[in-house]
Amino acid sequence: MYHEKKILVNALNTVFFVGLSLASQHTLAESNMAKMSGNEMQAQGGDAPKNARDPHAYSAGTTLTQGPYAFKGGERLTLADEHRFYALLGDRFEYNEQTDAAVFDLQAWYGTTFNRLVIKSEGDISDGKLEENQTDILWGHAISAYWDAQVGIRSDYAKDGKNRQWLAVGLQGLAPYWFELDMTAYLGEKGYSAFTLEAEYELLLTQKLIVQPRAEITLYGKDDEENELGSGLSSSAIGLRLRYEFTCQFAPYVGVEWKNSYGQTADYARLRGERSNQTEFVTGVKFWF
Amino acid sequence: MRVKESLQPTLMPRRRFVQGLIAGGVLAACPSIIYAASSITTGNAGNVTELSGNVIDLVIGESLVNFTGVVRTATTINGSIPAPTLRLKEGDDVTIRVTNNLKVPSSIHWHGIILPYQMDGVPGISFKGIMPGDTFVYKFKLQQSGTYWYHSHSGFQEMTGMYGALIIEPREQDIISADNEFVIQLSDWTDENPMDVFRKLKVQGDTYNFNQPTVPEFFDDVASSGVANALQRREMWNKMRMNPTDLADLSASTMTFLMNGSTPMANWRGLFKRGEKLRLRFINGSSNSFFDVRIPELKLTVVEADGQNVEPVTVDEFRFGPGETYDVIVEPKNDAYTIFAQSMDRSGYAKGTLSVTTSLDAPVPALDPVEWLTMTDMMGNMSHGNEHGSMSGMSGNAMEKGAMKHGGMAMDHSAMSMDHSMHNMSGNPLAVPSNEVRHAKTEYGASVDMRVDMPRTNLDDPGIGLRNNGRRVLTLADLRSLDGIADHQEPEAEIELHLTGNMERYSWSFDGLEFGKSTPVHMKHNQRLRVILQNDTMMTHPMHLHGMWSDLENDQGEVMVRRHTIPVQPAQRISFLTTPHDVGRWAWHCHLLFHMDAGMFREVVVS
Repeated sequence: MYHEKKILVNALNTVFFVGLSLASQHTLAESNMAKMSGNEMQAQGGDAPKNARDPHAYSAGTTLTQGPYAFKGGERLTLADEHRFYALLGDRFEYNEQTDAAVFDLQAWYGTTFNRLVIKSEGDISDGKLEENQTDILWGHAISAYWDAQVGIRSDYAKDGKNRQWLAVGLQGLAPYWFELDMTAYLGEKGYSAFTLEAEYELLLTQKLIVQPRAEITLYGKDDEENELGSGLSSSAIGLRLRYEFTCQFAPYVGVEWKNSYGQTADYARLRGERSNQTEFVTGVKFWF
Repeated sequence: MRVKESLQPTLMPRRRFVQGLIAGGVLAACPSIIYAASSITTGNAGNVTELSGNVIDLVIGESLVNFTGVVRTATTINGSIPAPTLRLKEGDDVTIRVTNNLKVPSSIHWHGIILPYQMDGVPGISFKGIMPGDTFVYKFKLQQSGTYWYHSHSGFQEMTGMYGALIIEPREQDIISADNEFVIQLSDWTDENPMDVFRKLKVQGDTYNFNQPTVPEFFDDVASSGVANALQRREMWNKMRMNPTDLADLSASTMTFLMNGSTPMANWRGLFKRGEKLRLRFINGSSNSFFDVRIPELKLTVVEADGQNVEPVTVDEFRFGPGETYDVIVEPKNDAYTIFAQSMDRSGYAKGTLSVTTSLDAPVPALDPVEWLTMTDMMGNMSHGNEHGSMSGMSGNAMEKGAMKHGGMAMDHSAMSMDHSMHNMSGNPLAVPSNEVRHAKTEYGASVDMRVDMPRTNLDDPGIGLRNNGRRVLTLADLRSLDGIADHQEPEAEIELHLTGNMERYSWSFDGLEFGKSTPVHMKHNQRLRVILQNDTMMTHPMHLHGMWSDLENDQGEVMVRRHTIPVQPAQRISFLTTPHDVGRWAWHCHLLFHMDAGMFREVVVS
């Protein structure tokens, strides 16, 4: 039990370390900005100074439903900030030539601007059968202008391995210079732990023709023989996808992906007679609705 | 029923106009389909029905429309887009009976009209709304004259067709003289369901922006100005995750821009006689679009802003946002002119023609190029002189002047307070608006993507895309209420609110608090109050305060012009004085409909 706690703490530390380093990069950016102007200022983020204005200071004790002339004859006005919205985003939905497999990477959310149920599901389908799947069910809470903290569970399915369940804690958002990041630390049964980091970027060749570089790394806390995964840096995938946005909600693409496995994971691959690095070509569609 | 459909002799000129044909010859293929306003008001084609008198009946319902080649359902008032023009008389007590034939509650708000709050028409604040099948009777006395408008204040009904002109003739003779006049109401239409459009922005804030910076543009910049400059031009935007082309949330990729309910193809036409002096009553009745309006080869003499007479000022062009109105006088010399209203993001335009015969047209200008927002739009004064890449396009003009004039003040606190005391001869510490920026503590959270620490306070900036365009463009600094503003009283209190947002999350607010989390702003009955609005976003927000006037002042506390809707530019800090003469609960919001609905909305209590 103690051991598990320690791993959880380590996993959390990893997330926070990455988060902090982003934040510090952020701060650095702003201190540069401040230098430019010769003034102390911070245009984004940060903590409210002690003398910051109270946004309710002008209310004289009234609320939307209480006080003089408050509307009584029915429901008070509600606007979209109190509504819930949803989205289903298919970031990758592609066919991989080398492995003759379909890969899906979907995300869905439902909720308000600042609190959402988030479901992420990623997996491979080969010969019409699900080979692997990882599904995260998370509660996402906005912690700053561009970042959501996410906590929840992850469930893995492996056709030829051992299914695992995890607790998940992560950060998803937009880093300075428009890098979309999604990083999550996982704590599983029997002291298993994992960390994944995904980064995406977009380069517009035209308003509709877009190159998307993408990188993903996975680390594990200890060897998982049943799933043939080694501890430490286990695998990475670096991809480039070129898509054409017929609409921003529907964009077919072609791409190439360089996959590497490392350490014990690479050894397991070699034992299976596979290479530890591969170049793969994909065709797919990115969509959301 | 005393409703008259522009049968009064005085309105004869309007009835003479007969429009030739609507683009594509689709007119009245099905009488229930509105192709343009003109198609349903037979006998008065090219103009909207006009209603006048003391008792008016309006019926809200659904109509089929076809603006783009597909048939859609609109919400309409008396079956037309725009709704009938109401021509009323100052001093009259009017009764307006509004029947709701929709399946959902509805409402009508009389934009800019001073009236009791129960008549203001904001569901959930001033009344419960008009339930399906019900008739609500609005009764109020008209205490003002000028060009106004009316629209639904329920959901997105305004966006789907519920807006019309409200003209109040002065009791005494109109000091503005013209031989003829036209109401020119600009609006926007989408074939999509507005809620779907809104949701898309929630998912991806730049869904409709097709002017995003590209890689080839970057290399063009490198070729023309070198790597360092090209990188520098992008540095701050990219670092801060802000888009320099975020000029409008909705572009022509979903919007069709309309002039008096006519698409650019349908070409609304106003016929005039040679030698006539014309009064054009421009109303921006759009949901989400700023328009830059001009009539090439014709000078526009602005005589009224938001229904209030102003000292005449002659310009080539003006920008106005949803909710604002401008009356201009023109004296045509040619036989035909194009009224050209390009959207602020340069993705499209509304247009019509002024001509002496139905067969004459004038050339249609090209859309102006898209300009990137500047550091001034992002940070106000601090950027002055340190961003040559992005500033180069705007040197030596009003902007520069404004930044210089106020730069020192914002930079140096001791100079600032000195400035304060020098203007403080009257002994009132509130003689001059405070220029100490005070962010709310709720501006440091997830709802706010930027804050401005050194806002600009100059009013003489025409705004992005209009700076140095070679045309004389109207700015707020040009506007002076004609008779001065009746209430010269100095303010007894001052409040400061910031306009805030987060484009990535598509959230808009005051002080970082969306409406649902906010508490009302209390104003003391009849107490002169200064309201400071600071825009901590990169978009211009037309701020509309119901139930009372907003008397815009400059940063020296000089009252300039009486408005009901004040556009606040990016990184700008403005102030206005108001005297809340009418008690009750009032709405106060950004008139970009989506910003309002996202939460840039406050309730005001006057007691």
